[in-house]
Amino acid sequence: MKVLVDFSKCTGLGICESLAPDFFEVNDDGDLVLLKDDITDDELQSIEEAVAGCPTEALRIQV
Amino acid sequence: MTHLVVVGASLAGLRAVEAARKAGHDGPITLIGAEEHLPYDRPPLSKEFLAVTDDGSEPQRPFFREHSHLTDELGVELVLGAPATGLDPLARVVHVGDRAISYDALVIATGADARGIPGSETLAGVHVVRSLDDSVAVRAALDAGARTVVIGAGFIGSEVASSAKKWGVDVTIVEALATPLVRATGSEMGHAIASLHARNGTTLLCGNGVAAIEGTTAVERVVLDDGTVLPADLVIVGIGVTPNVGWLAGSGLVIDNGIVCDEHLFTGVPGVYAAGDVANWFNPALGRRQRMENWTAAAEQGAAAARNALDPGNAKSYGTVPYFWSDWYDVRIQFVGAPEADEVRLVEGDPESEATGRWVALYREGDRLIGALTVNGQSEIMKYRVMIARGVTWDEALEHAVRRADLHAAKLAGAPA
Repeated sequence: MKVLVDFSKCTGLGICESLAPDFFEVNDDGDLVLLKDDITDDELQSIEEAVAGCPTEALRIQV
Repeated sequence: MTHLVVVGASLAGLRAVEAARKAGHDGPITLIGAEEHLPYDRPPLSKEFLAVTDDGSEPQRPFFREHSHLTDELGVELVLGAPATGLDPLARVVHVGDRAISYDALVIATGADARGIPGSETLAGVHVVRSLDDSVAVRAALDAGARTVVIGAGFIGSEVASSAKKWGVDVTIVEALATPLVRATGSEMGHAIASLHARNGTTLLCGNGVAAIEGTTAVERVVLDDGTVLPADLVIVGIGVTPNVGWLAGSGLVIDNGIVCDEHLFTGVPGVYAAGDVANWFNPALGRRQRMENWTAAAEQGAAAARNALDPGNAKSYGTVPYFWSDWYDVRIQFVGAPEADEVRLVEGDPESEATGRWVALYREGDRLIGALTVNGQSEIMKYRVMIARGVTWDEALEHAVRRADLHAAKLAGAPA
């Protein structure tokens, strides 16, 4: 499984970073950086929360 | 089969419906909404939806889902266009006018309504910005070059003012308090953030109440307590919201600054849960009762309330470090945690300097970090959200702040001019 970011929607609000900081970090320019994209079973719940928590619906999980 | 009824068809209500299906609920679902519209996203109403577009056309209206998605894919019966008018928890019935809708599980997500100024409601050109219809009307007025007065320098008023400024119209904000945003951010940071208006050429008049909003059929002027007269074609009233609980009178639900519920979003009345702006719940993450008025809480509470309503035996508590953001001019303001603090300390940046740069302020309760505010600090804010959730000490937070500020300063010093 992978997490995908639609950077045309993302505005760097950063909620994903607080839920899954190993995957997401907003940089000094306010842009989201995807640190890694492969999701293990243990990580799935936090990524699902990040997907649900994104106000711009910029995240999705590819099975 | 269990019938889930969700009252309130905005973000929290939509998320309740979606979470119910995701959790495997295959019984009927009814979604009741006061507005004619399908569920839509509200943050853009004071931001992107009011933006000037290249071709002058209205931006896309921020509906979340297609009608067919809600009815066919999610199997939701939509009851839109009239508000719920009563709740009978013994009979387990929600009333919508003459219609009685029975439920087995109920999620109340009726949100909050923007406060108006009594006597001004009938004047054309006086608006709150809460609904899509409000925002459509405000956009049209800005497009027509309306001289704009914003009453209330809170987040909504400030966002609308900054959006209005980009239309090139005259914009004045009036605020009754000496310092805006004190309740949301404390007085020091409220003062600092409010300075963004002057930096961007918007007049902000503080410490002066509104005496009258005058006009014959349409608004013509706003008169302040000190006699100042502000000509206006458009008046935006941004003086806060009131939770929508009037329809629950006599229901037996406990109402005190919204619907009082526990950490499971349970109201104490069998089958009845609350979510979003209307819910005054106990937040176990911060150990206090809170009523949120932000996107993240509405989304998460809607989902959590539906899951708990459908499976109360396995109810999970809902705790969060609250988060909200606000976009003014070209600046993003972000807040995590709670603003009621023993101390607010600016740990990076200088609101007195001309350049806006990055500002970071931390909020202390006892020896614990309880909140953080950033201006242009998108790279910083969520690190504090994680730290608050972990319960870090004030000293740990300050050490982190120094490291980050040093790193940022080094980066700026090394950056090409």
